[in-house]
Amino acid sequence: MLERIEQARKAIHAACEKVSRPIQVMEVCGTHTVSIFRHGIRSLLPQHLKLLSGPGCPVCVTDQGYIDVVLELAQRDDTIIATYGDMIRVPGKGGSLESLHRSNIKVVLSTDDGLALAKKHPDKIVVFVAVGFETTTPPSAVVVADAAREGVENFCILSGHKLVVPAMKALLGAKNDKIDAFLSPGHVSVILGSDAYKPVVEEFKRPCVVAGFEGVQIMEGLARICEQLADGRAEIDSVYGAAVTPEGNKVAWKIITDMFEPCDGAWRGLGVIPGATMKLKDEYKQFDAMHRFGIKEVPTEEPAGCQCGQILCGLMDPPQCGLFGKKCTPDTPVGPCMVSTEGACSAWYKYSS
Amino acid sequence: MEDNKKIMMAHGGGGRLMGELIQKTIVPKFGDGQSVQLNDSATVDVPAGKLCFTTDSFVVKPLFFNGGDIGKLAVAGTVNDLAVAGAKPLALSLSLILEEGLELDVLEQVLESIGNTAKAANVNIVTGDTKVVETGSADGIYINTSGVGVLADHAVSSFDRIKPGDCVLVNGNIGDHGMTIMSQREGLKFDTPLKSDCACLHELTEMLYAEFGDRVKFMRDPTRGGLAATLNEVAQSAGVNVELTETSLPINKTVQTAADMLGFDLLNIANEGKVLAVVSADVANKAIELWKSHPLGQNAAMIGTVSETDSPLVELVTKIGGRRIVQTPYGRELPRIC
Repeated sequence: MLERIEQARKAIHAACEKVSRPIQVMEVCGTHTVSIFRHGIRSLLPQHLKLLSGPGCPVCVTDQGYIDVVLELAQRDDTIIATYGDMIRVPGKGGSLESLHRSNIKVVLSTDDGLALAKKHPDKIVVFVAVGFETTTPPSAVVVADAAREGVENFCILSGHKLVVPAMKALLGAKNDKIDAFLSPGHVSVILGSDAYKPVVEEFKRPCVVAGFEGVQIMEGLARICEQLADGRAEIDSVYGAAVTPEGNKVAWKIITDMFEPCDGAWRGLGVIPGATMKLKDEYKQFDAMHRFGIKEVPTEEPAGCQCGQILCGLMDPPQCGLFGKKCTPDTPVGPCMVSTEGACSAWYKYSS
Repeated sequence: MEDNKKIMMAHGGGGRLMGELIQKTIVPKFGDGQSVQLNDSATVDVPAGKLCFTTDSFVVKPLFFNGGDIGKLAVAGTVNDLAVAGAKPLALSLSLILEEGLELDVLEQVLESIGNTAKAANVNIVTGDTKVVETGSADGIYINTSGVGVLADHAVSSFDRIKPGDCVLVNGNIGDHGMTIMSQREGLKFDTPLKSDCACLHELTEMLYAEFGDRVKFMRDPTRGGLAATLNEVAQSAGVNVELTETSLPINKTVQTAADMLGFDLLNIANEGKVLAVVSADVANKAIELWKSHPLGQNAAMIGTVSETDSPLVELVTKIGGRRIVQTPYGRELPRIC
């Protein structure tokens, strides 16, 4: 393995020398962000190759309005909130799920656990906090289908599911010249297929290389990117082996598109991105928490001084934010990028000085 | 007693029921019961020297886990706190806080485990206390144990004895306890079940002090917060850099898989049967060999070195040759989304 690392490192350095300007590569996925820090990858790169942490952490891009809706639902006596662990510390206007100290907030590891809660507590309405990208959307679709089939009426989801590619396009469309290429997410690409990045490559001429999450895969992915930049190419490539096919996982896509449809939705820091959020189709609206509780989305309000939006766009590094490491730490997060272990600020705080 | 299969408030009320619980259920679990003194305080014969005194409280869910239970944990935890300081454990106290409605069977199993662990560690439980709280006010059983021990002549474990050039050792795989508890709590199942490392470490610490004396600079059991918390304390308190080598960290593959699934860093995860030792470089390899001769030290390894610095840090040289800083963990690891 060390040989492959050394080869990749040499290839990166050689390619970067040919490019006579600073290079900025965005890793879209939060798991990449964590892995890059965990493996100390920055310490192996040339100085003028900079990695930007993109909008691929599900917690980080979840709009504050969404969090506020969750908090509101959590404070009802007739609900149980089933949530993935890293959502419980995300601050909304009125605190976080953790700070509510309510026994009806349950951390679960899967959508199935949420449905099981509904069956166990027929007198309560279980609201599953459904966030994440193309990787977590299929389980949400399956659980709604299961609930419909089994007639579990006291179960619903609050969909905050998002789509990666429209967000990448939105980042480039906003005349962002900071991003030279994308290190594309491994897991998401297994579902999406690598062809999904065609618009980014063809319209915006930015290389997209899919990589897994091992240190060696990330290094090899970066090497392919740098070589493309050195040659002036912009292509889709993958170092994730057989896991990623051009067309992706058609079965998973069918499940998603059977149950969900794209809509315009707010992303934290990026604002409303057309067609980049997923909502349940009308025929499943009885399982949609917004419909069920008649809630209109709370208007977005970013915490004062929080630069999560700039950081998500790659326009700023976490330490450049005035709150970073002072008011905003993993112990007292202000913005969501500090909350999730995958968040750019949290990873930066945790793994660098 | 046979008719009352569950703990009732009266079991902690100071009356007949409590007397029966102590005499018939609790005391007989501790060997022949001779060592338990039923006075309000116990008298212990102490050899000449310095006395070490420690206390620890134990709350764990589930009460029984693969590799141990709250009883074993309560004895081992206090024995280990004495052992790493270089003290030979002499006597323990045992305070139980029981939740009304607790199955008596459960209590008996925990007590049996306490008795067995104490016996194996050759330490007596000499005094104790029992309280009962209303249903919902506790989670089955909470336990506090305090312990006294006599410091070995040659044992001086302190931060200020740690010097640049020293080596950092650990007696085996890291993160086993924390990942076992979390996996059981979350219902994660693996082909090879995870097993807590919960164990009394006094033999490992005693053998190291006996063989190498003051070449052993510092010992600590890295429990909550894992290696990351303990080593950061070492770096800050001793004013040194600690450099870890990722490839030398002893890690069980299944434990690593569980940690990867949940997004956890094993350096932050709790251990209950690990001792971290900082020793002089000249005895490091011998110390590893010595530990490997003991069943609890089979996977012992030298995991890092101490160096001089103006700004103390813990750094990790990663398996791909990169470097990163290891920080003190927040204190609550959250499973991640995907």
